Amino acid sequence: MSSYLTGIIAIYCLNVIVAYSVFLPATSGQLNLGAAAFMIIGAYTGAYLNSADDGLNWAMIYSVPVAAVVTGIIGFLISFPILRTRGVYMILATFAFAEVVAGIVLNLEVVGGAAGFPVSSHAELEVLLPVTIGVVLFGFYLMSTRLGLAMRSIHDDENVAVLFGVNSRTVRVIAFTIGAMIGGLAGALYGHQYDYIEVQNWGILFSIYVLLYVLIGGTQTPWGPLIGALFFTAIPELLRLFADSTGWTLIGDARFAVFGALIVLMMVVRPEGLITRTFLELLSGGRRSTINEAVK
Amino acid sequence: MSDTVLRIKDLQKSFGGLAVINNVSFDVEEGSRTALIGPNGAGKTTIFNLLSGIYEIDHGEMILNGVELKNIPARDRINYGMSRSFQNIRLMPHLSTVENVMLGQNHLAGSFKDILYPLGLIKKNRWAEAAEQALIEVGLETYPGQVVADLPYGIQKRIEVVRALMSEPKLLLLDEPAAGLNPAETTELKKLLEKVSAQGVTLLLVEHDMQFVRDLCGHVVVLNFGEKIFEGTPEEVHKDPQVLEAYLGTSEAGKTEELNHAS
Repeated sequence: MSSYLTGIIAIYCLNVIVAYSVFLPATSGQLNLGAAAFMIIGAYTGAYLNSADDGLNWAMIYSVPVAAVVTGIIGFLISFPILRTRGVYMILATFAFAEVVAGIVLNLEVVGGAAGFPVSSHAELEVLLPVTIGVVLFGFYLMSTRLGLAMRSIHDDENVAVLFGVNSRTVRVIAFTIGAMIGGLAGALYGHQYDYIEVQNWGILFSIYVLLYVLIGGTQTPWGPLIGALFFTAIPELLRLFADSTGWTLIGDARFAVFGALIVLMMVVRPEGLITRTFLELLSGGRRSTINEAVK
Repeated sequence: MSDTVLRIKDLQKSFGGLAVINNVSFDVEEGSRTALIGPNGAGKTTIFNLLSGIYEIDHGEMILNGVELKNIPARDRINYGMSRSFQNIRLMPHLSTVENVMLGQNHLAGSFKDILYPLGLIKKNRWAEAAEQALIEVGLETYPGQVVADLPYGIQKRIEVVRALMSEPKLLLLDEPAAGLNPAETTELKKLLEKVSAQGVTLLLVEHDMQFVRDLCGHVVVLNFGEKIFEGTPEEVHKDPQVLEAYLGTSEAGKTEELNHAS
């Protein structure tokens, strides 16, 4: 496999993992623009635990899970004030949280501050891929449980879900906390993939992109983040390949403008995301006819 | 004399200075089918919302099977044997029929094993089977996989009743179950409710379709401007002067009308 392709697959894996961290709260109706926060916490915790020179020199197999758990705990604690907000205010609250985290780490000399921090162990695709598959399977599993049902019910109509005995606050805290854990996992793995981390990697643009993976992919099914991340990882690269092979350098130069136009188009054509349940029904075939049968 | 399932006593609710429910009292007997009727804005749905905990009451008592509901949070009230449907369909549009019905079982699933069981991946499980069985019993066997938002209105209305029934309520609150249904669907719904009632579930329903109320209910409570103006059988309700006044206008207004015509 060419190193170019390996690189793209690694980016895709990390994007998928972090997409699930935003997807899980989103299925219960919470829009999180703070993906960067969990990424930073996970990356720096993992790096500090792993680093041979400036850290604790733990093996990767311990540092990564512990980083995820630490991020989960911080996510749990921060979920209480953040979940008091709704809709656009929640977007602002999570964004502000990410800025605070970035600001703190930027001034934390023990992890290098603005200069960044080296990570000792390197994670190859052999590590990234199984973890990604694990996260995806976990996403599918969680969505299929009664907890997942409760999350989707809260997304659709919180008041009615409550009347059917769903403890809305608990379910939303759980979704947010698991999301934080997965975000921390993505961050820790990022450090091990690129061997060096700096806060500047995870600005507002990063959080916006991750939220877009989820919204473009669709929040109705666990396929959403998988497809959304693919759209964002593959399309710019495909546009570049297209420009290289056809010699239309204009497209190569302006590929992000083309990409932007595609995003707008997606939002117009499929506001509920690329993968909706009705879309999956159509793919699985023939179910449409049942309406007519039953109505007679 | 049968037992009382629900006792509402001196119920009061104001929004700002507007008293929407004013000293309303009535009892719902076990196994009965009671209709709550009245002109628009009489406070019928408000009573349902007070019962289910969407609003807090200002004063009075709501006693369900001997338990005062006032201090019980909305999400726990379903544990006391009360479940409801809504005036405007409030199914979860992005869930399938079976998933919507399974939401009705939510409070019956108490253990971690129940909550973390992969219902959607292993289709053969007792929750899904119970939900499908309940749908088959009301003639909806062809719908399980479909997302609810795509289904016809009448079908959605019935699914909402099934969802409410899945929680195994002793008292079922139905907010205008027949509204917007065609005659065939209304007949279908009536049959369903009769069956539910025969199984021992007490029905309390808000309804404008008087034919439907006469056919189904043995007891009628009439509200007007937040006050109870009549309680009795459906036959008596038509003869009551206050009810006629509430629905057809006052005799004063009639006189004014005549005067206008004369001049």
